[in-house]
Amino acid sequence: MKPAEKDNTIPSLILLTATRYLVPVLLLFSLFLLTRGHNEPGGGFVGGLVAGAAFALYGIAHTVHDARRLLRFPPRVLIGIGLLVAVGSGLFSLFYRRPFMTGIWSVVEVPVIGKVGTPGIFDIGVFITVLGMVLQIVFELMEE
Amino acid sequence: MGLLLLLPLLIPFVTAALALLTWRRRRIQRALALAGSIGLLVSALVLLLVVWRGGIQVVQVGNWPAPFGITFVADLFSAIMTVLGGIIAVAVVIFSHASVDSRRERFGYYPLLLFLMMGISGSFLTGDIFNLYVWFEVMLMSSFVLVALGNERAQLEGALKYVTINLVSSAIFLTAVGVLYSVSGTLNMAQLSVQLSQSRQPELITVVAMLFLIAFGIKAALFPLFFWLPASYPVAPVAITALFAGLLTKVGVYALIRVFTLLFTQDIGFTHALLLLIGALTMVTGVLGAAAQNEFRRILSTHIISQIGYMVMGLALFTPLALAGAIFFLIHNIIVKANLFLVSGAVYQLQGSFHLKKLGGLYRSHVGLSLLFLISAMSLAGLPPLSGFWAKFLLIRASLEVNQPVIAFVALGVSLLTLFSMTKIWAEVFWKNRPETAPAPKPLSTSVRLQLLLPVAGLSCLIVGIGLLAEPIFILSSQAASQLLSPAEYVTAVLGGTP
Amino acid sequence: MTIVLAFLVGGLYAGGLYMMMRRSIVKLIMGLILLSYATTLLIFTVGGLTRAAPPIVPAGVSEPPVPFADPVPQALILTAIVISFGVLAFAVVLIEQTHRSVGTDDSNNLRGIEGEL
Repeated sequence: MKPAEKDNTIPSLILLTATRYLVPVLLLFSLFLLTRGHNEPGGGFVGGLVAGAAFALYGIAHTVHDARRLLRFPPRVLIGIGLLVAVGSGLFSLFYRRPFMTGIWSVVEVPVIGKVGTPGIFDIGVFITVLGMVLQIVFELMEE
Repeated sequence: MGLLLLLPLLIPFVTAALALLTWRRRRIQRALALAGSIGLLVSALVLLLVVWRGGIQVVQVGNWPAPFGITFVADLFSAIMTVLGGIIAVAVVIFSHASVDSRRERFGYYPLLLFLMMGISGSFLTGDIFNLYVWFEVMLMSSFVLVALGNERAQLEGALKYVTINLVSSAIFLTAVGVLYSVSGTLNMAQLSVQLSQSRQPELITVVAMLFLIAFGIKAALFPLFFWLPASYPVAPVAITALFAGLLTKVGVYALIRVFTLLFTQDIGFTHALLLLIGALTMVTGVLGAAAQNEFRRILSTHIISQIGYMVMGLALFTPLALAGAIFFLIHNIIVKANLFLVSGAVYQLQGSFHLKKLGGLYRSHVGLSLLFLISAMSLAGLPPLSGFWAKFLLIRASLEVNQPVIAFVALGVSLLTLFSMTKIWAEVFWKNRPETAPAPKPLSTSVRLQLLLPVAGLSCLIVGIGLLAEPIFILSSQAASQLLSPAEYVTAVLGGTP
Repeated sequence: MTIVLAFLVGGLYAGGLYMMMRRSIVKLIMGLILLSYATTLLIFTVGGLTRAAPPIVPAGVSEPPVPFADPVPQALILTAIVISFGVLAFAVVLIEQTHRSVGTDDSNNLRGIEGEL
């Protein structure tokens, strides 16, 4: 979109109203996908995509600048954090003298989520990385 | 122990992620990139030592036994290649400090460089054919942003060609992996080696081998598939071109050597004869193309192609001596090629051009740089006692041993033409008087000069060192070659006692 | 069924290659997309077409229901899709930038600048 066209476009009222409800729902749904990912269809990648879609939608309805503010972190910082979380979950197994990325599970069950383990942490890392990656590209394309 | 094998992957990965977190701070990014590349080099050297002492090292990631999980394997060949990757990474990072503009640095130049290094080490160390595809894509993604970074018009054109041809190569690679899986039911390279040697459909396997030859041939810039290289390499920043020239095409060669020693050895009469023909044609077309060029980086880029031909020739002859020669040639060529590009970058920093017509007189003003260029150039042409001489000597001797005088003759002729191109650069850039239109060499600050000269001087020392201490390097390469020629060792190391 | 898919794969390859030969860069990208689809479909086909249960172990049991599909090609396809998604997203950004700086999507207009290096 060229800057000249942008000035003429009025933000659509329908889109603005819909976005207000859709964004939280999408974000919640992305977290739901993330948590059920280990044994059921879902997981960090789809979760990250859905969360990325939520922010992209917000950016379309308002402006990219607003979407960036809503996100708080620059996308590439998110990529960095996500990658570190993912690799950290893999390194965890080294304390147990197992090869890199061996799944280590907690003995105690956490209510609602179930057993917590390093594959879950890995998924969270993937989630953050994918979110950062998608938004890096989408924001890049939407600006100017 | 298991972690050591993965360190050449994890160190660049973690430093790249940290560099993403600090993307506004140039100084920290530079420090991280330097730390990452030095870490890579050190871990690779330790790995080489461990493999030399204790044989092939294996890690089953996630504790899933092979062939179900992803295996990482380091035999001598992959350890040597990882070390070379580390050496080039350190040189390129130091050189980048002085030569890459701040706009590129802010856009994520260093994280991308580190991700590229991770992809390269991953390709060298993986023991799973599909995982190799994944590492190729990691390399492709970061290399392709590095080519395009900066948004200059010529860069975009080069990047477009680079991306297209590499994506086609990836598609063919993936197709080959799919067919290979349907033939053998496994993706683990060790198990593939066993399955394919017992297969009852050798014709189908040869077809798959040809698919792999095309896929890796594009990456390695083999004879009919090299056209993208001279179009895309010279447009990137020169530090990046040096890294690509030194390593990326060689990853393709590594993959070719790996699959055509471990997997596809059923029909040597056809596959390796074809490889020999391709090798000869690659050598000849590359060197002839280079003779026609008049730009510093284009001459060097086209020469990459001709040198790839030598390596493929070593693989195609398929004797212990020839493979040792190919590995020796890889060691020599990666260092020399990267160094020549770095010299061209230093010249660009001094005189602001790559055109031979607009350059000149550098021998008068910069004797040191000129001599460093001369060392690399003469080594590339194969003059004794530099590293290139021994590499070519081994290959030619191997070809005479198996009664292939034609290929020996071709290799010698190509050497002569290489000498011609290198003399042309020497005469135009360094020896002749500075043309009147050309500006006087820019005075550079001491720190910049140091950052430009240090990697070039270091690599030149290595070139002379390999030439003078050819014996230990030859022993190392022939050990690696004998490991390559006995896949049983590899298979036993990965799958345990039951091959 | 395999025959049908084989023709489909061939058609996709042909279409992809045809699109890549066009001058327009947008069509080039479409060609690359078709090519990656063809490849994933090919893996799917050569992996063996079966009428079997998905290879998911139900809760409380230790093995999946007996005729179950081979999960490896599916994993390969999933990975390949994710990777081609990433690479193509980068390619689209590249094209957008090319368009911004050159003002055309005709790859022929990119030529003729090699001498200026």
